[in-house]
Amino acid sequence: MYTQGLDQQGKEPQGLQPRESAERLTAFQARIDAEEKIEAKDWMPEAYRRTLVRQISQHAHSEIIGMQPEGNWLTRAPTLRRKCILLAKVQDEAGHGLYLYSAAETLGTSRDQMVADLLSGKAKYSSIFNYPTLTWADIGTIGWLVDGAAIMNQIPLCRCSYGPYARAMVRICKEESFHQRQGFDIMLALSRGSAAQKAMAQDALNRWWWPSIMMFGPSDKDSKHSAQSMAWKIKRFSNDELRQKFIDVTVPQADFLGLKVPDDELEFDQETAHYRFGEIDWQEFYDVLAGNGPCNRERMQVRRNAHQGGAWVREAAQAYAEKHAAQAA
Amino acid sequence: MTDKNWPLYEVFIRAKSGLSHRHAGSVHAADDEMALNHARDVYTRRNEGVSIWVVKSSEIIASDPAESAALFEPAKDKIYRHPTFYEIPEGVENL
Ligand SMILES: [Fe+2]
Ligand SMILES: [Fe+2]
Repeated sequence: MYTQGLDQQGKEPQGLQPRESAERLTAFQARIDAEEKIEAKDWMPEAYRRTLVRQISQHAHSEIIGMQPEGNWLTRAPTLRRKCILLAKVQDEAGHGLYLYSAAETLGTSRDQMVADLLSGKAKYSSIFNYPTLTWADIGTIGWLVDGAAIMNQIPLCRCSYGPYARAMVRICKEESFHQRQGFDIMLALSRGSAAQKAMAQDALNRWWWPSIMMFGPSDKDSKHSAQSMAWKIKRFSNDELRQKFIDVTVPQADFLGLKVPDDELEFDQETAHYRFGEIDWQEFYDVLAGNGPCNRERMQVRRNAHQGGAWVREAAQAYAEKHAAQAA
Repeated sequence: MTDKNWPLYEVFIRAKSGLSHRHAGSVHAADDEMALNHARDVYTRRNEGVSIWVVKSSEIIASDPAESAALFEPAKDKIYRHPTFYEIPEGVENL
């Protein structure tokens, strides 16, 4: 994932650059309206560039931080098969982060700058990864719901107006489908298992349901940059549209598993053919985004430690490269 | 950060023999060999390739999109370079 209304963060640049004449802006918008892709070196408005850098880098950070909740269960997966699968999934998330950093770099920002912004806490990542993974059922639920929500969010991004981002998303979406299925497969095994296993699955769903539907970001009426992102075709559907779609496809899956979605107001509306659902606790969402979720501090600490712990490896590789370059010269 | 920036390499992958290499993305690496290893880890986890090229991004010479009219327009009006330009009379075959 995990772009999640993270395009809400940050300030828009003030005032137009002199080189951003009305003519140029109109011509740019005409290209977008004609569904032309914008490529790295093409002229683009500064605000378009900044919006993309912010969105793509936050998306990348989310993939990187997102390895932690699942990494927590790598050594405790119940079978070797499950362990191999989870390892492959977590490796994919690292890959997603790297594809996305690479896409963001085409916009003129550097990898080091993005990493520095993550480590300093300046850059945001998806709020979902600030929740703990308490049991093995959490791993199933993350694959099923979190990667499921990610797919819902990311499929339209494959048609994003910015070429390098769209291409990275195509690759990512292919891999996400495996993530969701392996998660559902874990839930299937648990829900067909003993009473204790079923209870564990239900408990995980209870804890992850609401944070998962918050992943689509604030409600449309509170979504500041949505209209501009839509006009630029960075975004194709509104937060609420995607959330509704996700709920509509996911509730029947929960029914199949024999699990209850923890929302007493959830009800299928025959007329609209959509599920109606209860009020989302947006205060919780903003609290977690502001750094006060259950695991925010731990996630950042682990990331910083990993970066510092790897410093000697990077230095050694650099020294080796320099030595060999000198010998070859 | 005290880290020295590792150079950026562009990655090109041949999906299978018979196809040409195609741009896949980029990686950072301290040297060429590491760039190949990183490209393999990042871009071929599912048998996406049988061959990888990496090249330092700074070594690529690219045309400037702002100049694209000057570069590519001259080819636009030469429609006689396409076979569809020619009308073949009814009855003429294998042409
Ligand atoms: Fe991912
Ligand atoms: Fe995933």
